[in-house]
Amino acid sequence: MATGTAVEVVMPQMGVSVSEGTVTKWLKSVGDHVDADESIVEISTDKVDTEVPSPGSGTLTEILVDEGQTVAVGTLLGRIGGAEEPARAEAPPEPATPAAVEAAIAASSEGVTAPVAEPEQAFPAPPTPAPAPETAAAPAPEPESHNGQDRAFVSPVVARIAAEHGIDPASIPGSGHGGRVTKKDILAFVESKPAEAPAEPAPAEPPAPAAQPAPAAHPEPASNTSLQGTPAPAPAPAPPAAGEQVEPMNAMRRGIAEHMRRSLDTAAHVTSAIEVDMSKVSAIREKLKPEYQKGYGVNPTYLAFVARATVDTLRDWPWVTAELRGESIVTHSFVNLGFAVALEGGKGLIVPVVKNAEGLNLLGMARAIADLAERARSKKLLPDNVQGGTFTITNPGSFGTFHGTPVINQPQSGILGTYAVVKRPWVIQDENGNDAIAIRPIMNVTLTYDHRIVDGAYAGGFLRELREKLETWSEPDY
Amino acid sequence: MAEKTYLQAISDGLRQEMRRDKRVFVIGEDVGVYGGAFKVTLGFQEEFGPWRVLDAPLSETAILGGATGAAIMGLRPVAEMQFADFISCGWDHLVTVAAKQRWRAGTPIPITVRLPSGGGFSGGPFHSQNPESSFAHIPGLKCVCPATPADAKGLLISAIEDPNPVLFFEHKHLYRRIKGEVPDERYTTPIGEARIHQNGDDLTVVTWGAMVYTAAEAAAKLDDLSVEIIDLRTVMPWDKEAVLASVRKTSKVLVLHEDTRSGGFGAEIAATIGEEAFEDLDAPIKRLAAPDTPVPFSPPLEQAFIPQVDDVVASLRELAEY
Repeated sequence: MATGTAVEVVMPQMGVSVSEGTVTKWLKSVGDHVDADESIVEISTDKVDTEVPSPGSGTLTEILVDEGQTVAVGTLLGRIGGAEEPARAEAPPEPATPAAVEAAIAASSEGVTAPVAEPEQAFPAPPTPAPAPETAAAPAPEPESHNGQDRAFVSPVVARIAAEHGIDPASIPGSGHGGRVTKKDILAFVESKPAEAPAEPAPAEPPAPAAQPAPAAHPEPASNTSLQGTPAPAPAPAPPAAGEQVEPMNAMRRGIAEHMRRSLDTAAHVTSAIEVDMSKVSAIREKLKPEYQKGYGVNPTYLAFVARATVDTLRDWPWVTAELRGESIVTHSFVNLGFAVALEGGKGLIVPVVKNAEGLNLLGMARAIADLAERARSKKLLPDNVQGGTFTITNPGSFGTFHGTPVINQPQSGILGTYAVVKRPWVIQDENGNDAIAIRPIMNVTLTYDHRIVDGAYAGGFLRELREKLETWSEPDY
Repeated sequence: MAEKTYLQAISDGLRQEMRRDKRVFVIGEDVGVYGGAFKVTLGFQEEFGPWRVLDAPLSETAILGGATGAAIMGLRPVAEMQFADFISCGWDHLVTVAAKQRWRAGTPIPITVRLPSGGGFSGGPFHSQNPESSFAHIPGLKCVCPATPADAKGLLISAIEDPNPVLFFEHKHLYRRIKGEVPDERYTTPIGEARIHQNGDDLTVVTWGAMVYTAAEAAAKLDDLSVEIIDLRTVMPWDKEAVLASVRKTSKVLVLHEDTRSGGFGAEIAATIGEEAFEDLDAPIKRLAAPDTPVPFSPPLEQAFIPQVDDVVASLRELAEY
């Protein structure tokens, strides 16, 4: 029974603009003893996946939100009874509750295969070595921590510094009350990582933000606890041999590593490719260039054309931009279009998102892309600029690559790859219907999709329509 | 320059000003023959005569009313309340007349009211109060609360010079306990300018009066923390810029005062920081003040009432760990 000594476990605020989270796994069952700061439940938000430290010591008396459920920030997830109460009045002591069994099954299946069929899960938890890893406690035990939200509380000054530097405070280990990120923590972080801060500007051209073939991680690391001593799933690394240099992964690297692995464990990746004759686009582009540059200060880039056509095509193929949520397929009446942007030196990437891209014409799209590139360059990207995407475009073509198999940005279902526009001998039909060879600018376009939701014919239909739109681009239409 | 107690500094400053300016005179209970309850005006009547060192009847109304009238007629009275607590008897003259006269009629009221205030010696509810917040709320009055001997002299002279009524809160607990170098020559300390008692980077304490020393003792116990102590010196007008500059540096603030908590001047400071430096805060603004009760007689109760060094240590520790 929740008595006066009960401590509440609530869904923490994992970032300024995060409003809900999904319980991915309970690491403790009803009846289990839990120590303060010991990980008690795994949660997942669109910003991060993390383990929530217990706000107090005692016995887990109630689980109010089951695994797979998504609830608003601040929602009561469970209760911990006072340590001085040896037994609870109502909850039976045996640990074999449905939730516990579920947790055990989930734990045993993870790390082997993707737990595809787990109900109600926005995206399954990353593989963990054991159901309830003993964490090496937060920096300082916090006797006064009551609500589990402390870790994520962002003070005004920290919020300001984070915004100025385009950092997500949740990606920094905190030394304050309940693990809160203090001003000193974030200043030290800014100081120590000038070249690696998550929002480091992309060196890529604004029209064609060069991305690695495997794009689409959120810039934040997935787990705060991973920074604080949660045992790594991998065995202890071997000491460096002669000639080897060892450097620790930074937070972004760790986040990307986790996200890429999790995406491949989650989605059934399939890639289809199509060749697009960009003659029309190329001609219109040349025509619009002076007007766009003079009148609006932006370039009508190939990427803007492709993005515009993609958004239009997605309207007819909604599952390409849908999300598999539990056993439901969630489609969107809007397109939040992410663009994978490589960071300096190709180490690290970020995916800024153009919100409501369906409302933008070609000029609006070109401007939005240029704006995001400018924000990335001047470190002005905010957490909101990098989340909420429903589809992603990656453009490694600026390196001359002609094909790739990018990794889907979870929980999305598709990612479009655009590659170098190359002049090729191309078989066309002249006006008399005779075959002829012409020189045409050809761009390879790939769609990598989650075969759990999108089948090959559907993906092919999407690509064919996209090609059609690009090859028959008519200026007044856009 | 000589080392003087806080009390000597006030006494010398007043004497210097009376020697310099014949308009300056002293009025109060037992300030003449007896030299004042705390001997601030000891020997004054011998030097300046009974017409410039006036023993008043036991009526704060008469003292403040008389001082106000004399000021209107061009003199510069320095009125002594034997204890700051007694000023409530003269509220009407001070608040209704002196504070508003210049607004109503354009007539300056250059009076200085000396207010021996503060507790710490079992004076009980009538002899230990710090009523500065009540008067800081009255437009037209200025309130100064010096902590050091040098500031006591400099602010007293500024108060006498000022064309408005100035309440000079002198903390009794500092009278003979606190010594410091005080310049011999005449000088003024500007009203409305804070003093950094000590520089620091981690935490800010905003305080005044005797609490400056409580804060400094507490800071000395916190070896691992760099504490900045701002001695406001003047509660009205107060040095907002100095406080905000420190908050912008440390992002964590403790507002400390000996007066009771609710509606105390610390609330005004905290609210201003919240309004104007919100985006610089890394912790909730913390207040440490006496509880909302009269001052107790009993020594252990009074100790529990007035913020002690250990209380400040605990508050600062809590802020640092936030």
